[in-house]
Amino acid sequence: MANMVKLTINDTAVEAPAGTLLIDAAKLAGIEIPAFCYYEGMSLQAACRMCLVEIEKAPKLMAACVVPVGEGMVVRTESPAVVKARKTTLEFLLTNHPLDCPVCDKGGECELQDMVFKYGAGESRFTEVKQHVPEKQWSPVVFYDGPRCILCYRCVRVCNEGMGVGALGIVNRGVAAEIAPSHGDHLECDECGSCIDICPVGALTSGAYRYKTRPWEMEHVGTVCTHCSNGCKTTLGVRNNEIVRGNNRDRSGLNGEFLCVKGRYAFDFNHHPERLQAPLMRINGKLEEVSWARALQAVVEKFKAGGKAGVVGSTRISNEEAFLLQKFARTALKTNNIDHHRSGDVVTLLDSLSGKTATLGNVDDCYNSKAVLIVGADISQQQPFLANQIRANYRHHKAGIYVATSGAVREDKIAKGSVRTTDSEWLAGVESMREKLKGESELLVLFGDSVKGEGVRKLVAFGESLGIPVKYICLVDYANSRGAMDMGLLPDLGPGYHPAEGAAGMTLPQMMAATDLDLLWIVGANPLARHTLASSNAFVVVQDLFLTETAQRADVVLPAASAYEKNGTVTNVTGQVQRLKRGVETVGAKTDLAIIGLIARGMGVNLGKVDADVVFAEIQKTVRGYNVPLPVIVTGGAAQTMPVNGRVASTVLPELIQSSRDTLFTTGTLTRYSKILNEVMEAPGGLYR
Amino acid sequence: MTFSPELEARFADLLTHYPPGRQRGALIPMLMYAQDEVGAVTPDLMEELAKRLGISVLQVDEVVGYYSMLHKKPQGKYHIQICTNVACMLRGGAELYEHACKKLGVGHKQTQASGKFSLEEVECIGACSWAPAIQVNYDFHHEVTVSQLDQVLEGLQ
Amino acid sequence: MKLYNPPSPLETKVISKRFGVENSWRLDTYLATGGFEAFKKVMEWTPDQIIDEVKASSLRGRGGAGFPTGLKWSFVPKNVEGPKYIVVNADESEPGTCKDRLLIEHDPYQMIEGILIAAKAVGATKGWVYIRGEYRYLIDHFDSVLKEAYQRGYLGKNIAGTGFDFDLYSQTGAGAYECGEESALLESLEGKRGVPRIRPPFPAVSGAFQAPTVLNNVETFSTVPEIIRGGGKWYADLGTPKNGGTRMVCLAGHVNKPGVYEVPLGMNMMYFINEIGGGMWKGKKMKATIPGGSSCPILRADECDIPMDYDSMAKAGTMLGSGGMMVMDEDTDMVKIALRIMRFYKHESCGWCIPCREGTTWLQKMLARIVDGNGAMRDVDMVGELAKSMLGRTFCPLGDAAAMPTISIVEKFRPEFEAYVARNPFASSELVQVG
Ligand SMILES: Cc1cc2nc3c(=O)[nH]c(=O)nc-3n(C[C@H](O)[C@H](O)[C@H](O)COP(=O)(O)O)c2cc1C
Ligand code: SF4
Ligand code: FES
Repeated sequence: MANMVKLTINDTAVEAPAGTLLIDAAKLAGIEIPAFCYYEGMSLQAACRMCLVEIEKAPKLMAACVVPVGEGMVVRTESPAVVKARKTTLEFLLTNHPLDCPVCDKGGECELQDMVFKYGAGESRFTEVKQHVPEKQWSPVVFYDGPRCILCYRCVRVCNEGMGVGALGIVNRGVAAEIAPSHGDHLECDECGSCIDICPVGALTSGAYRYKTRPWEMEHVGTVCTHCSNGCKTTLGVRNNEIVRGNNRDRSGLNGEFLCVKGRYAFDFNHHPERLQAPLMRINGKLEEVSWARALQAVVEKFKAGGKAGVVGSTRISNEEAFLLQKFARTALKTNNIDHHRSGDVVTLLDSLSGKTATLGNVDDCYNSKAVLIVGADISQQQPFLANQIRANYRHHKAGIYVATSGAVREDKIAKGSVRTTDSEWLAGVESMREKLKGESELLVLFGDSVKGEGVRKLVAFGESLGIPVKYICLVDYANSRGAMDMGLLPDLGPGYHPAEGAAGMTLPQMMAATDLDLLWIVGANPLARHTLASSNAFVVVQDLFLTETAQRADVVLPAASAYEKNGTVTNVTGQVQRLKRGVETVGAKTDLAIIGLIARGMGVNLGKVDADVVFAEIQKTVRGYNVPLPVIVTGGAAQTMPVNGRVASTVLPELIQSSRDTLFTTGTLTRYSKILNEVMEAPGGLYR
Repeated sequence: MTFSPELEARFADLLTHYPPGRQRGALIPMLMYAQDEVGAVTPDLMEELAKRLGISVLQVDEVVGYYSMLHKKPQGKYHIQICTNVACMLRGGAELYEHACKKLGVGHKQTQASGKFSLEEVECIGACSWAPAIQVNYDFHHEVTVSQLDQVLEGLQ
Repeated sequence: MKLYNPPSPLETKVISKRFGVENSWRLDTYLATGGFEAFKKVMEWTPDQIIDEVKASSLRGRGGAGFPTGLKWSFVPKNVEGPKYIVVNADESEPGTCKDRLLIEHDPYQMIEGILIAAKAVGATKGWVYIRGEYRYLIDHFDSVLKEAYQRGYLGKNIAGTGFDFDLYSQTGAGAYECGEESALLESLEGKRGVPRIRPPFPAVSGAFQAPTVLNNVETFSTVPEIIRGGGKWYADLGTPKNGGTRMVCLAGHVNKPGVYEVPLGMNMMYFINEIGGGMWKGKKMKATIPGGSSCPILRADECDIPMDYDSMAKAGTMLGSGGMMVMDEDTDMVKIALRIMRFYKHESCGWCIPCREGTTWLQKMLARIVDGNGAMRDVDMVGELAKSMLGRTFCPLGDAAAMPTISIVEKFRPEFEAYVARNPFASSELVQVG
């Protein structure tokens, strides 16, 4: 336990661990000291001078953001001298600030506006000419309005320290100083938008959001990003049934306020003009719009007719949908021919951990583990939030970072050990760092799809041999890749990795290759982008948002709702369950859950009440590890599932496991329909690898 | 980008001045000495130094914009700097500057079309006891009168 | 090297005694006149002995703040691993100051010897002399001195056969007053923007390249050899209690004999101006004096009859600062002086913190408006008030440096401001209300 220091702030006795900054100690005591430049977790600047406070015996006002608590310190944060100083600082700030609040995107949620309101410095005695510089566009999504900038350097720090990108700097001197982008007149960066989000004023604005609405005219819906597997919480700003913004300013999710370019901007696929809004049916060889009743009728008839059926699930549908889908397939269609596109060998990892002390790691471990080893994955591209956690771990805790990857990665810069390997020789690379790793007190291992099957066992054996506690994270691709497995979208394993009843069914490639398939039901996946369907006679039913390659081959296409249009849960890469919350609706589309329910009803199959909450209750009861506390999820938190403890008997072939190795700017099919992601990729420069 | 052998030698020596891994310390001297040879801090120069010191061009740019002696545009063959800070002002610095403006036909931080002279009104250059002072490129002239200024300017080819 | 001004017989030449001697900057001249005796002497001493001697001299920093030098050296941690450094502040950019260049020009070895003694006292192995970029001739000159020193074994390994090693380099600035501020200087030395650092930690604990560092002004280091040679007490006795020794004072402005002179601390200021400075130029009357560089509050003529030492100056509400004394005659326009000073600080504000960046800009604009004849009465109050709003609230002392002279000029010469405003036909009180 750290040494506690006793002090007095505004006549209140306060206790804080030695080394705590005054500004934080005050916050603990419920006293807010205003600040622009101070930002928790980032380097100190003491530049804005808003946090000046009176400390007894100090010759002048002191910056609470850099002064640590001292025994017996007597501090005043709202004394007349302090308030006056704050007021003049604000007055100084406003001298060059354009005061265009009515047309500023930030109006209504601007820290400067709030501060001026609080300290009543609204009336300016400044009558000189303001310095004007025109607004600049730095990238499709980042605009910079110099005069509004108060030079708090938050953006520079979040880019440099937070993202590890360093694409923003400060040029010129004195009053001419301004923020500048990495490449003279434009930015080449992750386009994550963190700089915009963190800007306390409207200096940095988002190309996606600017001039769209006033903040108070939006509804804010906290849900989970539908792109990668990290499961960042994103707060959708919804207006008139349209998503106009994605951010996470209330820091409520597991990702704090982190979001990558996808979480922040790539919601725009949702209202892409090509979204399907009516069912399609193949009539005389052509897909034509039909009513839901007619389409469902056709599906039910074919399903009732039976035959050799295959079911392909998705890595983006909710746990409830995946659960219900496999239940339907296994009970109503009576088949184990069910699978999904697998991107990481979670199954073998679970099996190899059986009987070992090693366990599964999670998002928090990325930030807290004393050492981290990354094998075969460019996490800054593919796992942006986990990468962010690891960077923060390095920054705040000086964690030892080790990488064994096939190409250069961002983590090289902060790594204690870094080796280049091929997909097949990663073990030799890892072995070469053995001695250094043995010197660490604990280790978290993250591995990509080059480690699979026997490889996973070898990696775990390697970890065991280090003689230190080791945790593992098996990296997977998409928002519910992990949930799809946990829910049993597998030919040999049912929910919770229990062996499926009866013989194992066909895998996804086997279904594609089977010439005698009569029925193929594809829910939210696009296998035909990669495979060809051998059975030309198969009746294909597709549920999707868009007319994908797979949907084009379908006999019936049912327009599905996106993750932003449904309630339910998803499980992220480290097994944390979070709630999806409906933010908008697309007319004509239905959730996959509803569609499955309608088909079941048509077939007279009783799946129980088809309601996300009811299905989740069943999941909690029946799926191993999912007996998580409901309140955590309902309140928008992340509930950690318990790892399966015991052998998992899988017949899975390692070849089936293949990550799409996305970049920051791609996530499978959805990317194609995100205008912003595509624009950003086309921006000048070559950083987008 | 290539530099003269003398400058390269100077760079090589400079880089030995700093603790291991801290060679960025050489950035400002390198910029100053290279600017003298190249004539300005060009984009090429910034890129070259960034490469040599293992930093980003933006990091170089941050520095260049900060220091008033580093300039991205070439100056005249003779850069006339006239101090008008207090000590020089008290002894006629402002008059010298006005005279130079008229005589050279250029203003603050401007260069003659011919490229011969450029002019700058500068802050204290550390010659206060011998004011008013001017600098022509790096050469100091102390206790300068208007007629001496004329002489100096006329003497420059 | 020629002298820029003739010396005065009334000077007390301790550190400027070689000025004007033929080849004064050469090693041989230095060795022939007692050079490196002090260095050899301290080789036998313990670090604490050196620091105690410097403390006994009551030497205070000559860069501006006047911090006791021995005390500063004693803050360098003793038993720590890793290198320690010496940094010499030769940025000399406080308006009114032009003494450090002379010390490096005429007697560079004296400074080098002082550096070596400091290095011995704190266990430093490497040092840099940060010289402002405008002084290129001086950098070139000093580089040639360094070359000679290395060749002759007075820098590098086994200096003068004593077994002591030390490396010294020149480092050029590139035009930034703020880089005279010690922590901004260190940033600049590391190849960055000259923005000050958060303190603590102070340079003695974490300075150049984050190693413990002694950072002093050129004059401070140049004084050290004489202190060791003559003894701390001898040096202290040259000045007044707690204000030991002599100082280089740069006399400028409306006097007959402006120049840089070495005088004992505690010399009467009027005596200095009249006897050494030859009195007022063109027989005019004196109006005011900025005693120690443009950052210091101004003194009216009637306030100048005081001893020139740190404590007496503080009592008079101003500072001896960097020794840049600027004398102004009765015809001087104090409003223009205030504007010129503010223009300087606005130009030199690094921009890091709000009160300094915006405050200097606002004040400069307002003062310019007053001078242009567009001022209003409330502006006069506001100049003083805004300057006070900067005072003590900025990140580094540059904000104070801009505020202090301004506050004092407005206070002491308010009628001149009012006269400017009165000349503004639109500045009737009614209109002023409308603002
Ligand atoms: C804005 C500013 C400018 C300064 N400029 C100089 C300078 O040009 N030369 C100098 O020696 N000290 C300067 N100083 C003082 C230094 O910060 C530092 O106190 C000094 O170099 C320490 O050396 P000393 O103890 O020997 O005086 C400046 C301080 C400030 C705040
Ligand atoms: S752009 Fe915004 S966040 Fe960045 S420094 Fe300016 S005001 Fe601060
Ligand atoms: S928060 Fe302390 S100075 Fe900005």
